[in-house]
Amino acid sequence: MAGLNRAGLNRAGLNRTAPNRTGIAPRPVTTGVILGVVGLVFLIPIASMIEFTLRGVGGGYDGSHWAALVDPANAGKYAPIWRGLQGSLVLSLTTVAIVLFLLAPTMILVTLRFPALRRPLEFLCLLPLSIPAIVLVVGLSPIYLTIGRSVGTGVWTLAFAYGVTVLPYAYRAIQANLDAIDVRTLTEAARSLGAGWGSVLLTVLAPNLRVGLLSASLISVAVVLGEFTIASLLNRQNLQTALFVVNKQDPYVAVILALLALLFAFLLLLAIGRVGTAAALRRTTPKKDPT
Amino acid sequence: MTMDTNAHPSQGVPSSLEAETDSRTTGSNPLVASGVDGASVSFRGVVKEYGGHRVLHGLDLDIAAGEFVSLLGPSGCGKTTALRVLAGLESPEGGVVSIGGTDVSRVPTNKRDLGMVFQAYSLFPHLTALENTMFGLGMRKVKKTEARERAVAALELVGLQAFGDRYPAQLSGGQQQRVALARALVTEPRVLLLDEPLSALDAKVRVQLRDEIRRIQLRLAITTVFVTHDQEEALAVSDRIAVMNAGRIEQIGSPEDLYRDPATTFVADFVGLSSVVPATAAGGAVTVFGASLPMRSRRADGEVEVLLRPENVRIATDGRGERATVLESTFLGSLRRTRLRTDDGVTIRMQHSADERLSFGDVVRIEVAADSVAVR
Repeated sequence: MAGLNRAGLNRAGLNRTAPNRTGIAPRPVTTGVILGVVGLVFLIPIASMIEFTLRGVGGGYDGSHWAALVDPANAGKYAPIWRGLQGSLVLSLTTVAIVLFLLAPTMILVTLRFPALRRPLEFLCLLPLSIPAIVLVVGLSPIYLTIGRSVGTGVWTLAFAYGVTVLPYAYRAIQANLDAIDVRTLTEAARSLGAGWGSVLLTVLAPNLRVGLLSASLISVAVVLGEFTIASLLNRQNLQTALFVVNKQDPYVAVILALLALLFAFLLLLAIGRVGTAAALRRTTPKKDPT
Repeated sequence: MTMDTNAHPSQGVPSSLEAETDSRTTGSNPLVASGVDGASVSFRGVVKEYGGHRVLHGLDLDIAAGEFVSLLGPSGCGKTTALRVLAGLESPEGGVVSIGGTDVSRVPTNKRDLGMVFQAYSLFPHLTALENTMFGLGMRKVKKTEARERAVAALELVGLQAFGDRYPAQLSGGQQQRVALARALVTEPRVLLLDEPLSALDAKVRVQLRDEIRRIQLRLAITTVFVTHDQEEALAVSDRIAVMNAGRIEQIGSPEDLYRDPATTFVADFVGLSSVVPATAAGGAVTVFGASLPMRSRRADGEVEVLLRPENVRIATDGRGERATVLESTFLGSLRRTRLRTDDGVTIRMQHSADERLSFGDVVRIEVAADSVAVR
């Protein structure tokens, strides 16, 4: 997210580094201590997980558990995991589609035409944050009875619920980007130049909302890949429920997959930062005046 | 808001500027060669409300093809709303807007064939100056090679051909507005709409770009509606100015007419500085400071108020004129502007040579330096 914020600030021309240290800023030592402690909180569990997966069967350390994961002999044993992963990937795509084709256009529409609805929309989108997944499921189960009867019980139907759970994260990411650009003027300029609404969305707004849309999508993917409660209580198989099942037979492979999922999420977030800053840099680097 | 003392309400472009800019764009700029067919514009009884508050009270305005008309007025007078209604960005509650004689009230913005330059920087941040300029042509399905040629020509017209590969963030405010102008003109629109395009720029760039807009407008003969709150800007570039106040047009006329013979107190106050002197009219003439002068527009005999511009007042010699005491005198380089109070308690603004030094408390005699006066 750091990269995203920096990109947003750059564009708004607000990225100023304080020339002198003000009273409120911590000293370098304090900064170091804070970073160290926070870093340890993150690193110790991850290091422990790695250590755990490397434990050999007869004591000592080796890579046998990692090798077992790709061993064709274990294909049957790990099949639920691959099915779960497949289900989660389908869910990720469907959820991202909901974010990109439903949430984003709605937010743009509210910004352009119904600015008075901005606060209610924000409230609505942030609401899922305050409702625990287990409570959400209580309300969702009767709905899923109907969904099951009308469109089937395929794992992809969970995307409707996930579309709700990712709302707070996706909303914040897109709104930050919407605030950083002058949506109204860009739209009116494009309209005056002959662009229809489709062109306005695709050729003018989408490229300028790229960072926000990308962050929203990747955060949604991260949330969906980590979701357990709703899938479990609604009896659908996703990556996390599969890991839970496999964990009972083989705790090592569950931890290995958890590590891989973590690495995947980390790479996703890194990508958000990279894409945002690279684009902003390319457009704002001053050029020498041609004479 | 004071008048630039050097700025005469003149149409056209100063000859020095024309000579300088002509050398830049002589030859065959395709955009100039193909020309733009400006269309007439008319507002008929246009009414616009925001949440029950009426901002346009039945606006009537006719603009001829190729004419440069400024909508001038204080903020909240409805000038920008009028422009946005013409652009189709706001839909009016009543009335008819026509372009080229056709009612466009129900035509969406993107089908109105307009060029528009906004107050806020409106270039697409993800496109270079050249790509921005090509945008409107792309929307009209013009072939890429032709679009590029026309966009380059349009950038040349605003003197930015060397900046085509820059992104908006790499351009100065003035350059961004020039690109926005090129982008608006490249599609050869029927009407050019300018919504306070200069107000975000600093003073020097503002004057340069203002004159450049007028030069290009004259070359292309494109119908132009220019919204501004800066009377000096409006006086300098317009064929006609519509002074707006509280959703209505107070007066419309050439810059000279407006300046010389304002129809209402509001126009007199808003366009240039003026002093108001009570006087008595009789037989088409009025007596001000001891001299009888004809009125520019005929009023019935009786009590009137005479409007005097600072340049219409001078220091009288040999005991003629009215006695007045100097309140303050400001040096403005080529001249001096002095505020005085007559013995009758009327405050007068006078513009005079910088050599005539006056200071607080000086008593002088003043007279009117004009053949006729505006009254209300």
